[in-house]
Amino acid sequence: MVDNTIISIRDVVKRFGSSVLAVNNVSLDIKQGEFFALLGPSGCGKTTLLRILAGFETPSEGQVLIDGDDMERVEPNKRPVNMVFQSYAVFPHMTVRQNVAYGLRVVGTPKPEIDQRVQESLSLVQLEELADRKPDELSGGQRQRVALARALVKHPKVLLLDEPLSALDAKLREQMQIELVHLQQTVGITFVIVTHDQNEALSMADRVAVMNGGNVLQVASPTELYEYPNCRFVADFIGKMNLFDGQVVGVKEGQVVVRADAITAHIGDISVPFGDEARGKVGIAIRPEKVKLDGEEPKDMPIRVRAKVVEVVYYGNESHVFLQSTSGAKITANIKNTSRNTHAGIVKGDQLWVSWCPQDTLVLTS
Amino acid sequence: MESWRKNKLAFSVLVLPPTAWLVIFFTVPLLIMWVYSFAERGPQGQIYLAVNFANYARAIEWIHLGIIWKSVWVAAISTAITFAVGFPLAMGIAFAPTRWKNLLLLLVILPFWTNLLIRTYAWIAVLRTRGFLNFGLEWLHDEFSAFFALIGLPDVMGEFQALELLYNQKAVVIGLVYVYLPFLVLPIYATLEKLNKSYLEASLDLGAGHWRTLFSVTMPLAMPGVVSGCLLAFILSMGTFLTPALLGGTDSEMIGNLIARQFSSSRDWPFGSALSFLLLYLTFIILWVRASMASRKRGPI
Repeated sequence: MVDNTIISIRDVVKRFGSSVLAVNNVSLDIKQGEFFALLGPSGCGKTTLLRILAGFETPSEGQVLIDGDDMERVEPNKRPVNMVFQSYAVFPHMTVRQNVAYGLRVVGTPKPEIDQRVQESLSLVQLEELADRKPDELSGGQRQRVALARALVKHPKVLLLDEPLSALDAKLREQMQIELVHLQQTVGITFVIVTHDQNEALSMADRVAVMNGGNVLQVASPTELYEYPNCRFVADFIGKMNLFDGQVVGVKEGQVVVRADAITAHIGDISVPFGDEARGKVGIAIRPEKVKLDGEEPKDMPIRVRAKVVEVVYYGNESHVFLQSTSGAKITANIKNTSRNTHAGIVKGDQLWVSWCPQDTLVLTS
Repeated sequence: MESWRKNKLAFSVLVLPPTAWLVIFFTVPLLIMWVYSFAERGPQGQIYLAVNFANYARAIEWIHLGIIWKSVWVAAISTAITFAVGFPLAMGIAFAPTRWKNLLLLLVILPFWTNLLIRTYAWIAVLRTRGFLNFGLEWLHDEFSAFFALIGLPDVMGEFQALELLYNQKAVVIGLVYVYLPFLVLPIYATLEKLNKSYLEASLDLGAGHWRTLFSVTMPLAMPGVVSGCLLAFILSMGTFLTPALLGGTDSEMIGNLIARQFSSSRDWPFGSALSFLLLYLTFIILWVRASMASRKRGPI
């Protein structure tokens, strides 16, 4: 994998009319061969950004470079990118083979080459046997493969995927996630995928850009995003998070001393590892699965809160325990059901100790 | 839908009145006409009920077949021209910004709010020898003459000859295109409007230009609307009677005029009925061909 930039988005702004700001000053570099995800809630501007890359929208300001070429005034049909549409947009009046061949036929590729590349592309997505069917004789998953084959047959520099899995049922979606990753590794083409599903982004992408309100909030690998979110929105949007309001009361080499009324009433101010500058109001956060529950007070744990079980929700492999601390803060703990002794015998109304390690604690300054 | 149909009372309350209306005021008169088509005309135009096919035989005599053939021909030409004008128009409206759409649709429908007779007379005012079109052309001619005279080339344009635009086949075609344009535009507009725009974007994305997309994607996907619209324009043009009567010349008589004459000046209802039913059968055959074509290859939409 050559480490160079294939897509460079520079200070891109997109306004619709005078009032709607869909993309607000976004700069991103996407590397050659990367599986890149644009993740965010609906209306965050991720699809607009993807459509800007495809050429269906023109940025109001800023610049898009694809493989070093400025894409300003380059029509969608002249761009070295191809798109898999959310609705797949497989042409209903053409067979699977004709659909896949369309992109080559319209640019005048010689017939033998078309046949060969269509065959390759169909075998890549395992659709050879269905090549002469019409789209209305295919399932949703098969139609999506047609859309993939049709885009990949063009050998694009970048494949753009707009919510490609949203129309599939849960089982098929999981299977397609794995297949997409395999496909991307096989063809080595840069994939840029738009999704609102954090699981999709985390499980497939090499890097994820989290967007909200037209802004890119954080660009990071899935693990970094999950373990080190840089703001409250990312922390809350990716996975589940216990969030408390806190206040920085002191700083000592690599650590900040915070006071958060919800959790520090009993144990006093806590010290949490934190590299950056932090002052004033902060958010204190801990993932539900990093929380321990005990009947006895765990004196050795620096952070511990007394709480009452409000609700226990059973999910089979794990259970989510919803608690309320004596100071009124809501805390969620996820416990693995590693034995048949379901959620460790915890029931509604139990008085427990919730505790976790300082190094698992996150300090969110914005 | 199912439960609504199962409720017998609601179903009959809703369905009976329109059915009764159709039966009393449409089916029964049509049946009477059908019976008449086998009848005989008395010397004073009376109708003697009978069962003979003389009227039909007369309807397919050469002189009448010629008129029927000309009607088909004129209808086909005007439908083709209507399509050439109407498809881009329908596409323009369907892809226009939302706030313009209703206004543009209104402009297409607007002529319906005026009496057809008045609109046709307006065309006479436009097309006749001393009409607006010729006035406009004459003005242009004079301007050019003056211009050429100015640069030292007098007489290069010659004398202005008014164009003979009215009372011929061309005027009838112009009139038919004008009258039936909305009937063709609206069904095509409806299919294009429903069309998922992703298909067009996908085509562009795959490297096709706008023209290629139009012919390879937009047109085939709009086919159901195109067929409905063209059939509507064709069938209506073929049965028309006002337009050729007012705009056409002596040789522009279409089957509609022939039928109208049987019921008026000729006072030959049986023959008029036979001609009408011939037109109806022709229409049914066209619709049947379309239906069987549509069921043979499952339409894309």
